[in-house]
Amino acid sequence: MVPLSWYIVLSAVMFCIGVFGFLARRNLLIIFISIELMLNSVNISLVAFSHYLQSMTGQILVFFVIAVAAAEAAIGLAIIIAYYKNNPTIKVDEINLLKG
Amino acid sequence: MEMETTISLLDIRPIIPELTLICVGLILILLDLIVKKKEIVAVVGIAGTLVALFGTYKLYGFYEPQVAFGGMFVLDGYANFFKLIFFLNIILTICISMKYMKIEKASFGEYYSLLMFSTTGMMIMASAADLIVLYLGLELMALSTYILVGLMRKKPRSNEAAIKYFFLGAFSSAFLLYGISLTYGLTGTTSLSGIAESLNALNIIGSPITYLGLIFMIVAFGFKIALVPFHMWAPDVYEGAPTSITAFMSVGPKAAGFAVLGRVLFDAFPAMQGQWASILIPMAVLTMAAGSIIALAQTNIKRMLAYSSIAHAGYMLLGIIAGTHEGLTSMVNYLMIYLFMNIGAFAIVIMLRREGFQGEDLEDYMGLSKSHPLASFLMLIFMFSLAGIPPTAGFIGKFYVFMEVINAGYVYLAIIAVVFSVISAFFYLRIVMYMYMKDPKQEVTLTTSPTMSIALAITAMMILIFGIFPSILLNLVRYSILG
Repeated sequence: MVPLSWYIVLSAVMFCIGVFGFLARRNLLIIFISIELMLNSVNISLVAFSHYLQSMTGQILVFFVIAVAAAEAAIGLAIIIAYYKNNPTIKVDEINLLKG
Repeated sequence: MEMETTISLLDIRPIIPELTLICVGLILILLDLIVKKKEIVAVVGIAGTLVALFGTYKLYGFYEPQVAFGGMFVLDGYANFFKLIFFLNIILTICISMKYMKIEKASFGEYYSLLMFSTTGMMIMASAADLIVLYLGLELMALSTYILVGLMRKKPRSNEAAIKYFFLGAFSSAFLLYGISLTYGLTGTTSLSGIAESLNALNIIGSPITYLGLIFMIVAFGFKIALVPFHMWAPDVYEGAPTSITAFMSVGPKAAGFAVLGRVLFDAFPAMQGQWASILIPMAVLTMAAGSIIALAQTNIKRMLAYSSIAHAGYMLLGIIAGTHEGLTSMVNYLMIYLFMNIGAFAIVIMLRREGFQGEDLEDYMGLSKSHPLASFLMLIFMFSLAGIPPTAGFIGKFYVFMEVINAGYVYLAIIAVVFSVISAFFYLRIVMYMYMKDPKQEVTLTTSPTMSIALAITAMMILIFGIFPSILLNLVRYSILG
């Protein structure tokens, strides 16, 4: 059996990749995917903990996270499209109307 | 450790106010299709909120705390007082936004139902006794607010504000989830009281992973409350969003963030008070400093009020840092006062907006007292209150928070807070100075409506009443939190 720590390390690495992608990438869609990566890394760790602890709570939370992530994707993409209609760009550096 | 898994019909009772708001929100969507006049939708929304408010009062009536859904949902004085704040927030927001959304050409019926859904999310957060419920409430609130911020679809500024809010909000909720998963993995439970028990029983209070989980959760709540260094989104979003939504989200999500921060720290991590206080203290100092100092340089009033609300979050955080239930009381007391003064100030900002005129520059306020003495006087009350000058309520709010933080032994924090409070008085009083001592640059006509007048009357009156008779509010808060 794969020990718990492997899953936790995998989840931590995925989470860090997600954080890095969010901070370093300049394309809105890639940033969006980075956030999904972070959420899925959490799902991995929750399922691993749930299995290890023999408690269902973690898996229930995973279902909620998946559902919320879907809602979030719908709203996020709608917001990006609404933006794109007015300013055709998805480069973060060009989204700089509000500053000061 | 096994929880009660059966859910009886009686469990529905404590969530009747939440269900009411959800139903009202759905009805408003349907009503929007039938009714042409959006004012009717708004009035139905206010009526529905009042029903939910009545339900909360009836359910609770200051009795013993009720627990539902196997301990996941709790209805106690703390939750109910926050719900009162959320109800007042949504009612005042609807009052100030009716005419304004028409001017912005964004008068959609969904606007009101999204406000309902967002408020429901906040109420669930305030009542959450389990991290799963907390997460769901937070997302319901946040997802609705993302849409509200970007509701002016044709305006690039509103789009941009929505993008920034959405991405940073989603980023922060990923942090919250990671914190939840670490805490769950260590303690084997997501219930707040269960976490506190397990931390003691398993003797993992000092463990670095526990600490990490706690830090991740504080980071996520810090984003919602806009604590420095997680405040970068706030000025941009506050500036770009419709002003009524700025008013709404400068109070609602912030209060909800404080509700869960207080709940999680006091219920789940009471044993780690030293650790979390040592994280929050530098954050509070930085928040007060950045909010007060950067606000000095702003020329846009919405941006200035954004930094002002950041600074106020710093003062409120002192109440949590105190680590006592009296400290929590002073924080809730401050939030209630902050609700009135902040929405009042934004109401005046909204009044300056009319077709073809933004009215968001500080210079637009020059000489306002000559043409509109009453509006200027109200703005003066709000600015005095935000600056914390007696006899307004803002002074009382600050006074009690500082007193509790001194009682808890952090005298230096109170001194720092007073210093930044004095600095912040400069930019509040600058507006008063512009209104009363400068000559008008241009003719400013105000957009008024009956509901706007009602909202202004309520906010200004409450600030003066709570300022002159502080015991009214304070006794109510004490009664609901300390029992």
